[in-house]
Amino acid sequence: MVTGKKSKTGQRIAIVILSVFSAVWVAPILFTILQSFRPFDDVVKSGVWSFPKHLTFENYIHAFVQSRMWLFFFNSCEVAIPAVIITLFLASMIAFVLSRYESRFSVPMLMIFTAGNLLPPQLLFIPLFRIYLKIHVPHFINSNGLLYDTQLGLILVHVAIQIGFATFVLTNYLRTIPKEISESALVDGANVWNHFFRIILPLLRPALASLGVLMTTWIYNDFFWAVVLLKTGNKRPITAALSNLQGEFNTDYNLLAAGACMAFIPTLIVFFAARRHFVAGLTLGSTKG
Amino acid sequence: MPTPAKRKRRKSSHNFSGSDRVTLGTFVGLPTLLHVLFVWVPAICTILLSFTFWDGIGGLKNIKWVGFTNYRQIFQLDENLPVAIRNNILWLAVFAFIATPLGIILAYYIDKNLKGTQFYQTSFYLPIVISLAVTGIIWDNIFRTDGVLNSILGNTNPDTAISWIGDPHKNIWVVLFIASWRHIGYTMILYLAGMKAVDPSLREASAIDGATEWYTFRRVIIPSLRPVNVIIVVITVIESLRAFDLVFILNRGTNGLQTLGVLVYNNIQGESTRIGWGSAYATLLFLICLAPIMTYLYQNFSKGND
Repeated sequence: MVTGKKSKTGQRIAIVILSVFSAVWVAPILFTILQSFRPFDDVVKSGVWSFPKHLTFENYIHAFVQSRMWLFFFNSCEVAIPAVIITLFLASMIAFVLSRYESRFSVPMLMIFTAGNLLPPQLLFIPLFRIYLKIHVPHFINSNGLLYDTQLGLILVHVAIQIGFATFVLTNYLRTIPKEISESALVDGANVWNHFFRIILPLLRPALASLGVLMTTWIYNDFFWAVVLLKTGNKRPITAALSNLQGEFNTDYNLLAAGACMAFIPTLIVFFAARRHFVAGLTLGSTKG
Repeated sequence: MPTPAKRKRRKSSHNFSGSDRVTLGTFVGLPTLLHVLFVWVPAICTILLSFTFWDGIGGLKNIKWVGFTNYRQIFQLDENLPVAIRNNILWLAVFAFIATPLGIILAYYIDKNLKGTQFYQTSFYLPIVISLAVTGIIWDNIFRTDGVLNSILGNTNPDTAISWIGDPHKNIWVVLFIASWRHIGYTMILYLAGMKAVDPSLREASAIDGATEWYTFRRVIIPSLRPVNVIIVVITVIESLRAFDLVFILNRGTNGLQTLGVLVYNNIQGESTRIGWGSAYATLLFLICLAPIMTYLYQNFSKGND
């Protein structure tokens, strides 16, 4: 009896704690969404903490058309999608070699990739910024002929850093898959190329899905690299372009809220559509295979 | 030469043809080249640059070796550095002693699978999906002078209302609250995954033995979370040192919100170009990160070898 009563109170405490925390987690997001639908005058007159008199799509239309958020969203995709595909492809290749053709170099190499992924970005950006000002690219990529201020430059940095994490995760993942699966193919005389494309790549599919979802949101959400490696306003991804909506003296916070919603709603959609993958991706790296 | 023999023995079944060798070389070489060229080479260059003077205008031959001068200067002359170090330490402390324990507690309650657990779980995930820049904008709605919080408190007068983000004595706590909002969800996910992996029979055995909930939590669940703790320590240290996006979006990392990450940026692309100073800040960051990175490598690879 005593334990039953105890666990009942325990449950109540749990529900109270969880509800309070959830409220703090959800409220500011819901508030921002609500604000994005309120007209500017309404808020100016009665303050942010007031019951909305009417709702409008005006802010979204303004953000989308005049502030060209569609362009910045497109810029984000233009960086994130190729970067994720290249990262996963390159990381699968090296994870395949490190896990299937082990040598005395395998562990040190894996350590380099793992540690490289953990380095603070600020440690890399000074020389990269200088190097980007020196590397010349063809004019169809950038009109002033430099790697600095190009999406290609941004993609390269993301790929180079994320390869570290992806290699670590994929190598551990492959190590949990018995090598016998490969061996039967090798008996059949498959060469390295076919071994990778016919056998290993299909095996990696679940891990690639999880990593893909996770990395797409990471790169889409990146702010630092977009700020330091891009100069032209039109090339910015959506996270960095939001500051365009902040006025120098007066900011239309409803418009800014609409822009913020346009920036995070795609990631929320990805999250809800592929939640299992998202969580799996996060925990793949934390538990050793 | 013992090595080729050893290698041959290990791969007794492989007899690499020429094309296989090219394939293997490309598979290893291409990703490694990219990673080393864009991550490790710049990292080492930064450390070297921190011992030099370079205005960035002239070519590489204008770089002058100056020893520890940059470090001496930033510690003696830059009034931003003590604030930045204080903020980074506070960040670390709040993440380690407040946000992480809260993450464990929430994971523990979520793991009980109470009614509505899906909703609670999802709400804690949300901040992780949202970029830090957008997070800054979302919370600015609450904390700015005419924002939600001051409206509830009843004073949004720009002259007399509480300036949550403008007051250098308050703003760091506001930022740490926002950063924790995100970090708690992150640690919650990882701990929850760790708790799901705890053998349920262990808990049952503990309950049958008449152990209290607290005892089971302390003696059965917490010890089984040790592998998760390592990754949590790494994430906590690294996230708190990287701190840039949030303070940059709120006030460009000035007026009480300086962090080492912001100082690196300010000395390279901000109001002045002092590559030596910027590199010295970055190297300081690296030195602090070194311990958790080494721990993480040790944990993963010392066991991975047996």
